[in-house]
Amino acid sequence: MFNPLSLIRKLGHATVDRIWRLGFATRFLFAILKYSATSFRRLPLTLREIYFSGVLSLLIIVVSGLFVGMVLGLQGYETLQRYGSTEALGILVALSLTRELGPVVAGLLFASRAGSSVTAEIGLMKSTEQLKAMDMMAVDPIARVVAPRFWGGVISMPLLAALFSAMGVMGGWLVGVVFIGVDEGAFWAQMQAGVDFRYDIVNGVIKSFVFGVAVSLIAVFEGYDSAPTAEGVSRAITRTVVTSALAILALDFVLTSFMFRGTS
Amino acid sequence: MPDDILVDIEDLRFSYGGRPVLEGISMKIPRGKVVAIMGGSGCGKTTLLRCIGGQLRPNGGRVRLEKHQVCEMSHKDLYRLRRKMGMLFQFGALFTDMSVFDNVAFPMREHTDMSEEMIRDLVLMKLEAVGLRGAHKLMPGELSGGMARRVALARAVALDPMLMMYDEPFAGLDPIALGVIGQLIRKLNDALGATSIMVTHDVQESLQIVDYIYFISAGRIVAEGTPDEIRASKDPFVHQFIHAEVDGPVHFDYPAPSVQQEFLRGVNHV
Repeated sequence: MFNPLSLIRKLGHATVDRIWRLGFATRFLFAILKYSATSFRRLPLTLREIYFSGVLSLLIIVVSGLFVGMVLGLQGYETLQRYGSTEALGILVALSLTRELGPVVAGLLFASRAGSSVTAEIGLMKSTEQLKAMDMMAVDPIARVVAPRFWGGVISMPLLAALFSAMGVMGGWLVGVVFIGVDEGAFWAQMQAGVDFRYDIVNGVIKSFVFGVAVSLIAVFEGYDSAPTAEGVSRAITRTVVTSALAILALDFVLTSFMFRGTS
Repeated sequence: MPDDILVDIEDLRFSYGGRPVLEGISMKIPRGKVVAIMGGSGCGKTTLLRCIGGQLRPNGGRVRLEKHQVCEMSHKDLYRLRRKMGMLFQFGALFTDMSVFDNVAFPMREHTDMSEEMIRDLVLMKLEAVGLRGAHKLMPGELSGGMARRVALARAVALDPMLMMYDEPFAGLDPIALGVIGQLIRKLNDALGATSIMVTHDVQESLQIVDYIYFISAGRIVAEGTPDEIRASKDPFVHQFIHAEVDGPVHFDYPAPSVQQEFLRGVNHV
């Protein structure tokens, strides 16, 4: 029998539950920051995570960046030629990438490639009692396992986003200049003149840094908080990818509305 | 308080979200002994072990280890105390991303300033003691269950602990591996001059190696004694347990309404 009250109750329950988890995640972030000294004092621990999160994501970032740039080149040319301003292709490609597509798409890829594997690793360490064992050996799992993975992600993410944008510009150049035949001098000159270092590049880097913090925190938190069963870990991985994607898109809107108001 | 008692537990109470697990446990564990805590699955044995190690805070009662009150210690002091404890987890809990060597070296690298040469010698000595020096390059995934347990044992004794805790050390082992682990527990305890607490439900193996046994049922101690006393015990619970009888004070059936009632209820109430 359908009971509308139970629906409201479930909704309320789910909302309260989400807020609790948000609170836990925030406290977790403070715990990570508190124990972060280890991550930097023992650099090899963090370097190893940068390798796993960053270096191993290079291929997907490079290939995706190239293709996104190539598509931008095609679509941009298609539209610009209607107004006879195809020489603006360079600036269009560069701005789209540095301001939006670079940080956002790289962030989404990073969440599904590196975030999910961090969640899986921590979740499995938890379900096989490795974290408890570490705690019994008087080694704090947050300092030894979680913090290095968090910082590994935070450091990798802006670098990957920058690489994504650079590859995208190359892709745009490849399609626009090499294949279609847009004037090469105009392509680069317009880009140089139209892209502002502080306004466009730095803001893009800030975005990618914020996404890096969000994705890394979500990934380590979901792993650490997962139910210690096969099903629990698989759910945690799904939550990492879904929550990261939503967080990136929502944060992007907020950051964009603060950063780019058409005043410059 | 006599000094030959290493762990002194007084009226320990613990409940998980309102469901009582331990309902007033008191025991004294003397230095140098191997003590077994036995009972059926889910009777609170592991919870008791985790209270002793300070991983769980009890709702009432006290755990004293040497002169420290475990339940009242700060995180920092607890960690300092845990360096003198070793714990063997049910399935070993080896770090799967490190080799056997690195697993055993882990506590030494984390807690001491020893040089790599010295750590190397010590790790190989510890592995030699459990008969696995030849396996130091293997990864945990390449080990059998019994070997993994022995590596975990070597890791647990890496810093020569004064208190060793074993959580179901015999679970899931073949009879030979089981005998090996049993002998190792006894030998390592005597060689290190440590004290051991072992949570287990394996009766026959435990009776051979331990000095004293506590039986726990439904969160209380129901019987205790030396292996000889336990073998001769007339207590119905102990009798059922050590002779592995299906029914006795511990019932075969999970509590449920009568079969007739259950069938008459219909689907809606399931």
